[in-house]
Amino acid sequence: MPNPTRIEINCTTGVESIIELTDAEVAEMEAQAAIAEAKRAEDEAAKAAEEAAKASAQAKLAALGLTAEEIAALSK
Amino acid sequence: MPNTFTLIASSTVGAGGAASIDFTSIPSSYTDLVIKLSGRTTYASTVEATSLALNGSNTYATKYLQGDGGSAASGSQTILNLGLMTGANATGNTFGNSEFYIPNYTSSSAKAFSGEGVSENNATQAFAGLFAGSASLTAAITSITITPNAGGSFVQHSTAYLYGVRSS
Repeated sequence: MPNPTRIEINCTTGVESIIELTDAEVAEMEAQAAIAEAKRAEDEAAKAAEEAAKASAQAKLAALGLTAEEIAALSK
Repeated sequence: MPNTFTLIASSTVGAGGAASIDFTSIPSSYTDLVIKLSGRTTYASTVEATSLALNGSNTYATKYLQGDGGSAASGSQTILNLGLMTGANATGNTFGNSEFYIPNYTSSSAKAFSGEGVSENNATQAFAGLFAGSASLTAAITSITITPNAGGSFVQHSTAYLYGVRSS
């Protein structure tokens, strides 16, 4: 299976070329994808943890007798 | 302030897709550069960030402010992500838009950049982002490579336009 291609435009000559990626370029692309995926997973985990902490705090406030309106007012 | 805006080069991705779009041998006869991008990628998400490599490197500092209609986030990155595109999970045949501004690209001093981008998705979640980047690059910028950052490839009909701006 051939490697993916890239488009190269020489701005001086105006010539556009379709060039197959080298194996090293494919490896670099895959490495970048792995880094991006790790960052995405990290962001999702942080967001989930934040939402869980918020829900926990709201439950504790409700247990103390605050109404839903009062809890919502605190988070503004 | 710039008073001219000249198309240097453009590209439209063909049926085979493209891993990147590279502008090479950029002439030094302008003051600033602007890139306008309409992009959709193969990445299995509703959005994919857009990375720029300048003279072959994209490891530069970036700050971002991004929202998706439900929440907002701000942060730093060590890669020159300056825009957004629509990913494969977004509404079919929709494309994101981004614009990158690169002032004083022939300067021998460190350079700063700005970018903005939106993904397109006819559903609840779509993204918009503002980006700022800096690079300790002291050579004139002669090549710019635009790459989907998470491993996707540009799909057919994605377009990129490179403009030169003159201040006089």
